[in-house]
Amino acid sequence: MSTITEEVVDSASIAAASTKRKSLWLTAIKNPNVIIGGTILLVMLMVAILAPFLGTVDPTRIDPAGRNKKPGAEITMRLDDGTTVKRVALMGTDSLGRDVYSRVLYGARVSLAVGVAVAIIAVAIGVVIGLISGYIRWLDGIIMRIMDGLMAIPGILLAIALVSIWRAGLITVIFAIVVPDVPRVVRLVRSIVLTVREEPYVEGAISVGTPSWVLMFRHILPNCVAPLIVQGTFLAAAAILVEAALSFLGIGIPPEIPSWGNIMAEGRTLFRVFPHNILYPGIFLAFTVLAINIMGDGLRDTLDPKMSKKV
Amino acid sequence: MSDTKRPVLEVRNLSVTLPAGADRVHAVEKVSFTVNPGEIVCLVGESGSGKSVIAFTVMGLLAKALKPTSGEILLEGENILTVGETRLRELRCTRMSMIFQEPMTALNPVMTCGQQIDEVLETHTQLDQAARKAKIIAILDRVKLPEPERIYASYPHQLSGGQRQRIMIAMALVLDPVLLIADEPTTALDVTTQAEILKLIAELQTLEGTGVLFITHDFGVVAEIAHRVAVLRWGELVEMGPTEKILSRPEHGYTKMLISSVPSIHPAHRGVRKDGPTVLRTEKLGKTYSGNAFFQKARVVKAAVDVNLDIRRGETLGIVGESGSGKSTVARCIARLIDPSEGKIFLGDTEIATMKAGKLRPHRRRVQIVFQDPYRSMNPRITVGDSIIEGPMNFGLKREEALARARGLMETVRLDPNSLDRFPHQFSGGQRQRICIARALAMEPELLIADEAVSALDVSVQKQVLELLDEIRVRLNLAVLFITHDLRVAAQICDYVAVMSKGRVVEYGSAEQVFGAPKDDYTKALFAAAPGRHWEFGKFAA
Repeated sequence: MSTITEEVVDSASIAAASTKRKSLWLTAIKNPNVIIGGTILLVMLMVAILAPFLGTVDPTRIDPAGRNKKPGAEITMRLDDGTTVKRVALMGTDSLGRDVYSRVLYGARVSLAVGVAVAIIAVAIGVVIGLISGYIRWLDGIIMRIMDGLMAIPGILLAIALVSIWRAGLITVIFAIVVPDVPRVVRLVRSIVLTVREEPYVEGAISVGTPSWVLMFRHILPNCVAPLIVQGTFLAAAAILVEAALSFLGIGIPPEIPSWGNIMAEGRTLFRVFPHNILYPGIFLAFTVLAINIMGDGLRDTLDPKMSKKV
Repeated sequence: MSDTKRPVLEVRNLSVTLPAGADRVHAVEKVSFTVNPGEIVCLVGESGSGKSVIAFTVMGLLAKALKPTSGEILLEGENILTVGETRLRELRCTRMSMIFQEPMTALNPVMTCGQQIDEVLETHTQLDQAARKAKIIAILDRVKLPEPERIYASYPHQLSGGQRQRIMIAMALVLDPVLLIADEPTTALDVTTQAEILKLIAELQTLEGTGVLFITHDFGVVAEIAHRVAVLRWGELVEMGPTEKILSRPEHGYTKMLISSVPSIHPAHRGVRKDGPTVLRTEKLGKTYSGNAFFQKARVVKAAVDVNLDIRRGETLGIVGESGSGKSTVARCIARLIDPSEGKIFLGDTEIATMKAGKLRPHRRRVQIVFQDPYRSMNPRITVGDSIIEGPMNFGLKREEALARARGLMETVRLDPNSLDRFPHQFSGGQRQRICIARALAMEPELLIADEAVSALDVSVQKQVLELLDEIRVRLNLAVLFITHDLRVAAQICDYVAVMSKGRVVEYGSAEQVFGAPKDDYTKALFAAAPGRHWEFGKFAA
């Protein structure tokens, strides 16, 4: 009886188990939001990388004769060897005669660098602290209160303080944005760790004597990857906006490096007469942030069904 | 059940297709049966047999991905499959009602129970508020809830699981439907509560002449309540007939196999006590949980109090109890997954209850645990081979040697050694549970703890896993601590049984003693509540 039983039951169970799980990553890249956002972002990335080959001139080059030209105006440029060339300023020039088109394209480099760097650094630091906080119970209270404290620091005030201590620059800006972002990642990771550590397979691993660090990185951390990617995209989008705001206020990227915030700051005084100085970097900024957010939404819907609105 | 009466429910040739890519084409295939007024028909089957799909199709609650493709469902002669959504809504609760498995989630937590029943009356009747309230109080009284007025104003979280299920029944029966569908209504409940609910359903339906379609996987429940039984397998109706006939003279091989897999409630005769060395002994083991509240008195819960147990080599000790009795707490204390608050645990001669984490590590491999949920007890992201060899490699075994051992263990648990590089989701529940046993055995433990290890499995798979566990115990001369709420399982596998209630061991002795002549009142009540206790399953008449 028992042998017959086994065969019958096994064939049933094999049939039941043969339904395959679809790969999350495969469904993610088929999501329309991910495709749209990702495409725009890819274009921005190409623009940033290929900026020197897209008909730009030196973005820091000052031309007193060609100041405040409207978009589409033809300007005469004097080259270093004394010859002159005519070119069309697609997006006009600013109050120092610098070519806005070139500045906007080069500015994409700073924005994307800040976004990516902030997301990666904040996630990397946050993961480590979050894992420790969630796993080592007695440290949890202490770490989380420190994180609460960090969250209370406004990013812009921190940036002002940092600029007055160090020099204004890319590193300072990234640091100022990362600090208040880290607690958000820590909270996310900690909450996942707290749920996953109760899973029987984690307890199973404990009872076979798996050391704590293996437990954290092998059994617990992989559960955080999908939510972290989602969180990372939103951090990157927010960081690009904050960088623009800081540069606009003159406490971010120094004026000699073009960034979207800088360009807008310079256009501010003559905004009513020459709106193009603010319009074009503004459009690029808006599109980039929008693209990242759309992609983040799509990733969230596919990778992290718990947070999704649809489910 | 006279032939002149029209059946309440008539299902003719019903087929429901599964979405493409599923393991079979039809969730339900060409199923026909009837439910007469005043009759309880049980749909029995293992998981995936399509029994719930039938219930949901009848209620018109089927998920969009599933489509009834042929056949008809006649509720008092009206074909439910062809009527519109409006008519269906009218029929629900007035002509047919459903009660669900989980009384915890089937009620809205932010509405009082009275309001939730009132919603039904408001939608389907023209009664004014006072009349509605009177009707609700009356039905609450009829389902034997104490103080109906108080219950009316209570929120679901203020009631126990059994009381919530009574609310669900009250809600389902308030408009006197002709058909009641009960989808595993007692599965989530403790055995004593289950007995009360079953009694209530049987009483109410005899009184009102309601036809009941009762879905269950438990043959004990079937023996207790059903008039007729329909056995399902992979969406097909295998056999149908009066309960008495199906249970004692089943015709189909599958039904026979299923019924003879049900463990008997009478303890199997097992060998006399072996005088092996004591593997585990607990002395006044206790675990107290206390919430840390700053401003008010901390809430203290005593999950386990004064637990004294001992297990010798080659013996199985069962801990039996209802949910919240502290049986799992004891197991987890012994495995040191949680720290006991008082008492001693001796593993051989070593006291491990108060041992620090660092010193404890070498002793970890001596106690291994197999968990209840086969779907969550293995890391879904690593192969089963890696899961099995993780432990031995932690203790310094080389990967090749560990893999060789894992292959041997796969054979021990009767699985293909070549499937070590597969992932857990590629195995069925029973297979996974066997892999978990292999993982535990890979550590060469002295004590194996099975924490409800077969509770989530279908009865036929359960039988295999139990046989496997017993075989391994004999072969490796293991000590086994078997935690279960299922008295039948305990009767079959345990040499000794400890009955726990509210954190204390109320009765402790050999299985034959405890099952044959229980002394404690709680134990007696527990046994009296076991469904189908008068029925000896698997003893078929020729």
